Amino acid sequence: MQPVVNLSPPPADEVKATTCYMCACRCGIHVHIKGGAITYIEGNRDHPVNKGVICGKGAAGIMQHFSPARLRNPLLRTGERGKGQFKEISWDEALSLASTWLGDVRRTDPKKLAFFTGRDQSQALTGWWASQFGTPNFAAHGGFCSVNMAAAGLYTMGGSFWEFGEPDWERTKYFLLFGVAEDHASNPIKIALGKLKARGVKIVSVNPVRTGYNAIADEWLGIKPGTDGLFVAALIQELFRTQRIDVESLCRYTNAAWLVVQAPGTAGDGLFARDAAGAPLVIDRRTGLPRPVPLFAARGEGGGEGRPQAPALHPHPLPAKDGENEFLPALSGDYVLADGRQATPSFALMAERYMGAEYAPERAEAETGIPAATIRRIAAELATAAFDQAIALDQPWTDWTGTRHETMTGRPVSMHAMRGVSAHSNGFHTCRLIHILQILLGSIDCPGGFRYKPPYPKSVPPAIRPMGKAGKTAPNTPLGGSPLGFPMGPEDLLIGPNGEPQRVDKAYSWEAPLAAHGLMHMVITNAATADPYPVDVLFLYMANMSWNSSMNVPAVLQHLTAKDETGAYKIPKIIYSDAYASEMVAYADLILPDTTYLERWDCISLLDRPISDPDGPADAIRQPVVKPDRNVRPFQEVLLDLGARLGLPGFVDMAGKPKYPGGYADYIVNHERAPGIGPLAGWRGTDGKSFGRGAVNPQQLERYIENGAFFATQLPPEARFFKHANKDYLEWATSVGFIGAPDPVILQLYCEPLQRFRLAAQGHGGVKPPEQHRKRIATYFDPLPFWYPAAGDAAPKEDLYPLCAITQRPMHMYHSWGSQNAWLRQITNENRLFIHHDLARKHDLKDDDWVWLTSATGRIKCQVRAMDGVNPHTVWTWNAIGKRSGTWGLDPQAPESQKSFLLNHLIPDLLPEGAGGYRYSNSDPVTGQAAWYDLKVRIEKCVGDAAREISPKFATITP
Amino acid sequence: MHPAYSVIFFTAASGAGYGLLALLSIGVATGWLPPDRTLGLTGLGLALTLITAGLLSSTAHLGRPSRAWRAFSQWRSSWLSREGVLAVATYVPAGILGLGWAILGRTDGVFALAAWLTVPLAIATVIATGMIYQSLATIRQWHQRLTTPVYLLLALATGGLLLIAILRLTTGQAGKIVLVVQAFLILAALIKWLYWRAIDRAPVLATPETATGLGRFGTVRQLEAPHSQANYVMREMGYSIGRKHALTLRYAVLWLLFGLPCLLIAQALWQGTFATIAVIAAVLLAALGVVIERWLFFAEAEHVVMTYYGAGTK
Amino acid sequence: MRGRCGAGNFAEIRDDHTMTTLPTPPTKKLGLVIDLDICVGCQACATSCKEWNSQGLTSAPLTDEDPYGDDPHGTWLNRVHTYEVGTGPAARTVHFPRSCLHCEDAPCVTVCPTGASYKRAEDGIVLVNPDTCIGCKLCSWACPYGAREYDYTDGVMKKCTLCVDRIYNENLAEVDRVPACVRACPTGARAFGDLGDPGSSVSKNVAARGGYDLMPEMGCRPTNKYLPPREKRATADPEPMPSLAEMAAGKAGLEKLFAWVDKVLS
Repeated sequence: MQPVVNLSPPPADEVKATTCYMCACRCGIHVHIKGGAITYIEGNRDHPVNKGVICGKGAAGIMQHFSPARLRNPLLRTGERGKGQFKEISWDEALSLASTWLGDVRRTDPKKLAFFTGRDQSQALTGWWASQFGTPNFAAHGGFCSVNMAAAGLYTMGGSFWEFGEPDWERTKYFLLFGVAEDHASNPIKIALGKLKARGVKIVSVNPVRTGYNAIADEWLGIKPGTDGLFVAALIQELFRTQRIDVESLCRYTNAAWLVVQAPGTAGDGLFARDAAGAPLVIDRRTGLPRPVPLFAARGEGGGEGRPQAPALHPHPLPAKDGENEFLPALSGDYVLADGRQATPSFALMAERYMGAEYAPERAEAETGIPAATIRRIAAELATAAFDQAIALDQPWTDWTGTRHETMTGRPVSMHAMRGVSAHSNGFHTCRLIHILQILLGSIDCPGGFRYKPPYPKSVPPAIRPMGKAGKTAPNTPLGGSPLGFPMGPEDLLIGPNGEPQRVDKAYSWEAPLAAHGLMHMVITNAATADPYPVDVLFLYMANMSWNSSMNVPAVLQHLTAKDETGAYKIPKIIYSDAYASEMVAYADLILPDTTYLERWDCISLLDRPISDPDGPADAIRQPVVKPDRNVRPFQEVLLDLGARLGLPGFVDMAGKPKYPGGYADYIVNHERAPGIGPLAGWRGTDGKSFGRGAVNPQQLERYIENGAFFATQLPPEARFFKHANKDYLEWATSVGFIGAPDPVILQLYCEPLQRFRLAAQGHGGVKPPEQHRKRIATYFDPLPFWYPAAGDAAPKEDLYPLCAITQRPMHMYHSWGSQNAWLRQITNENRLFIHHDLARKHDLKDDDWVWLTSATGRIKCQVRAMDGVNPHTVWTWNAIGKRSGTWGLDPQAPESQKSFLLNHLIPDLLPEGAGGYRYSNSDPVTGQAAWYDLKVRIEKCVGDAAREISPKFATITP
Repeated sequence: MHPAYSVIFFTAASGAGYGLLALLSIGVATGWLPPDRTLGLTGLGLALTLITAGLLSSTAHLGRPSRAWRAFSQWRSSWLSREGVLAVATYVPAGILGLGWAILGRTDGVFALAAWLTVPLAIATVIATGMIYQSLATIRQWHQRLTTPVYLLLALATGGLLLIAILRLTTGQAGKIVLVVQAFLILAALIKWLYWRAIDRAPVLATPETATGLGRFGTVRQLEAPHSQANYVMREMGYSIGRKHALTLRYAVLWLLFGLPCLLIAQALWQGTFATIAVIAAVLLAALGVVIERWLFFAEAEHVVMTYYGAGTK
Repeated sequence: MRGRCGAGNFAEIRDDHTMTTLPTPPTKKLGLVIDLDICVGCQACATSCKEWNSQGLTSAPLTDEDPYGDDPHGTWLNRVHTYEVGTGPAARTVHFPRSCLHCEDAPCVTVCPTGASYKRAEDGIVLVNPDTCIGCKLCSWACPYGAREYDYTDGVMKKCTLCVDRIYNENLAEVDRVPACVRACPTGARAFGDLGDPGSSVSKNVAARGGYDLMPEMGCRPTNKYLPPREKRATADPEPMPSLAEMAAGKAGLEKLFAWVDKVLS
């Protein structure tokens, strides 16, 4: 007899829509609630990001919510830093203490507050708070994550991958994937890969390790870490050599034809030739004479201090068939300008560079490990897909000059790249090379190619300059703009009269001039060594800086606990907000316990890092699904409270009363960054019918909740492609406040701002680098991207440290804060060092044997596992599996602390002393991006070691 | 396979118990054993104690021992259920036999009939136990024609050793039964040896290539297990013993369970204290031997599921 | 492979006893089709299954032993292995999700002494009745696929139910009446349907892609099928075309490139 099974048990009393926070992907979720408790989380089918699916992390989010590691009360340190001794205090005590500390700083020198947030998704608020506080020392974790990718894209094409844009998954015919494990767009990429495979689209992955997405690629190129730029440059040479580039699109959309002054030794060398009005010059092929591209009224989008110091980049006309702008520009040749100087189109300079012997596939083979014949074949395959399999959508559109086109021509080649290429000290140029490859193939925002996600594209780069110049920060004074921005030249740097950094992380100094996301990884080291200056309060949110988010952890722990001769901590006060008992908690003085993501309001804002689709913008909220059962408060709410207590402008009303007494939800609805523009773009206006701009709508959050916690709108079909040059799109984007004016976005193959820095290093202009930085700036601020070895601190000792060492997060933990939850940790709670079979044989290593892994910075002991799918000169491991004993609510004997290790201990935070005894941070010289993956090591079998355990081991933090 | 001590004790103890019960019953039925109440009480008492202790021990292996009664329902398909049914059914004639022999001192009539019924039930129970293992196609060391014969012969041999000891201690006589038990021991050793030979030669059931169906692309190696720590399947099926240790233990079994007892019980053909001590020593050595044999039976058993976890990787 | 020939074979068993309590094979055979070509190993199937089945809707929740301790393990009905297959240029990494295959000749059912394990007559789903299971673990011994996991806390055997409490659940929207793992899978590597109906989309896909059984030699006739990784698209490096080979890089190539660009623009 078959038993009777209840086939229709009621799954939930109630289902609430909100947004996942298990990583940065921000999928829509439906949370089931039964008997007042969260019982199940599934993907929201209507949501633009995940379309119903959920990943391994998202479905395990429920255990994050029930984690025993959740903090329960505000804590005040009672013992020594790092010991984990605290007393519980009330929120009132905690907030008045914090506002006393912060108020003292603001009254005296606001930049003595360093405010850095980790996996923050509310940078529009946190950045604004810092700005109103008056400190330039603000950033989120982009500086140690992927600023190279973001900055390279924004300085090249006003957009990039992930939040900025993605392949046209529906139409692309060839997909090239660089250096990605998981990604910000985790579920969209997974959904798309499934579809590409079903459509038979070839997927080529360029990655030292064949796991995850790379596992299902048709072709895996196990490249040596840090050589992707050379591989791409060789592809470019091959496209040039075989005459397979999109010449027309270069003329239409890029600065390929703009003339570059060739006057070595002069202040104008390498800058664009411009007419008196500042318009770039191009050569009219009919006359052979230079002529300006027609000027648009100069519009400074940034205003104030952020106004461009150098002339804005201006568009030039298309090779229209008739009309007043009718001409075709020259892309090569040497010309003499009216002032007698030589000039040549930037395309010619570019072609000359990449046709050089240093970018020959044979040379690339030697460095990358990818055979020259393969590089040639990949280039041919790219060209075949782009040109021989071009597609045309039967969709008329109008370009920015008003010319109507009957179809949309697509070059169906697409790419995606992230941390693997980004986290090297040559990452900025490598990322630029990837974008240039896309541009040469004519595959920018076209059917089948790369597609921008509104509000991108923005002008190249976005017209925001960093605030906080010397003398511009003052007690009790807001910063006057965003701490973060995009310098156009040396004038925009945040440096003192002698070139000294104005930010504690040295962002926007000569050490990292284009540090668009700051250098969070340097804050502790710099503050503790008072280089450039000490801070009084270090305020961190959701950033595990005493563990897996820092390089050279042992040194950073010393900095966190270092004391001066009076016995006071060198970093006097550390405030930290986190939801969980992470490693960082023990090193803070005051803990402000945060909620879980299911207990809070949030907004995923177009002002910040949007969740848009290429077909239209979207934003979203989180709503509290359940009330916290602990004495915790959402960090954003705490920030608003502190802002009000400190009387920060914008946080209090005229009477000095809190402006957002209703907390973060109040702020989300009622805050206006500019008239009619607030954190959420949907359902604005008193009638709730406006998008983008519109009056505050008190019912806005209700509308979001009704719609599944998100808002999404679609562009009309004629505005969906060529957004950088599409009249309908540009006018619409201007109307909703995405861009300041409907000017086209001209793709910058040749990056003039870099040349301005280089000229300064050559002794030109009013703002020049100190002598010790000049060679570095002159080398790395090349306006055309180039490849150089990403050697880190091991450059002179290549033979001592012959192996590259890299990490990746497992897919089920990527970007997941506190993945030590009951389920995810069962999947992975131990890591091994993965090595190639050949390396294992060479060192007589079997699986689980113990090895010493040594870098110039230190050594660790760990266990190995041999595999096939890894570059033979590379070792790797899963990152951040290793946890410090006593943290994260785990048993002090948990495998995470007993069997698992971090490579962080081997990665230098500072490079060896260079000329003049200066030690640069281990970062990209252009953007300051942490060069995690430059690590070089050697491996030795562990023999005769009595203790078969990981090393180093840190003392247990008593929970 | 993980050697669970409750199961080892169960199969060893109840095996010996059923063997003893069967031999006692044959003795009664054929009139070879006298209707001696002491002998009946001691012999049947020991047999039923071992059987009952074994069966109780086996329920310790269950996640829900209180539901054990449900195991009697599926005798049509399940050897475990059949074993349960037979084990309980055996108690009926064995109980009647016990009533006659141990209480009334009678082994005739209905009690003789009960003895005749007890023999096949006891033997069938042991066969059912063997078949539980033999029927598992997933474990090549168990899915062997000799698995059940080994169980049966070991039950008779260990039961026989107990019988000799009991006869020795109650009647002071063992007689020709010693030769019979020696024959059981020798036969059991031979079959066990053939069993080991067979499992050493039995082909593996699957390879990582066939288990995953990926052999068409080349050799298959596990790069990452699903979870860092062992799961139930690995804890239960993943136990394995090195070949060298297995060989040592096999020799131990041959001597402890077969060789030495065989030699020692030969002493029972004669009189004297030494002979009694020798018989008791034979029982104790065989007890140790059978535990090792049973432990090895599990430890040497390789479950095919482990091919998913890297077993059999080239 | 050893013992293929010789005396070892005499002890092999070739024909099993008759299974008496499997239902007459149902025409409806609900099951999963798992596409190894597109599984990226994200563990969504594993955790979403764990999550759905930890609600205790039709059985006690799946439990974890020592979840924050030094030996964390628990009951999971879906587990994802990662294999490396082959070596050299043809080698690949394959993520390999495993769960109950709902076999037609399910040995786990016939060994069950209590009848707690059964195969549903109407759709072929193999279930365990949590109210009558005695936790003898024999079914897990009989299963070649490791699909059955003993719940140490609950004292009974757990297994994939094919989300029988979802697929017919009238409280769920029709589109959601699929197993939790299928509902979750981001790449679409899992499909659910009637493999007894040759016209179903899953059956057609199995036919088209060469879907196969795991360990067919065990004779369990699994319902679930696996779709093999697709053949990789050609990756052989061809000899360059003569016309291309002539095109040089360096200075000479540069002039040719500029000349070509000029021609394109004129």
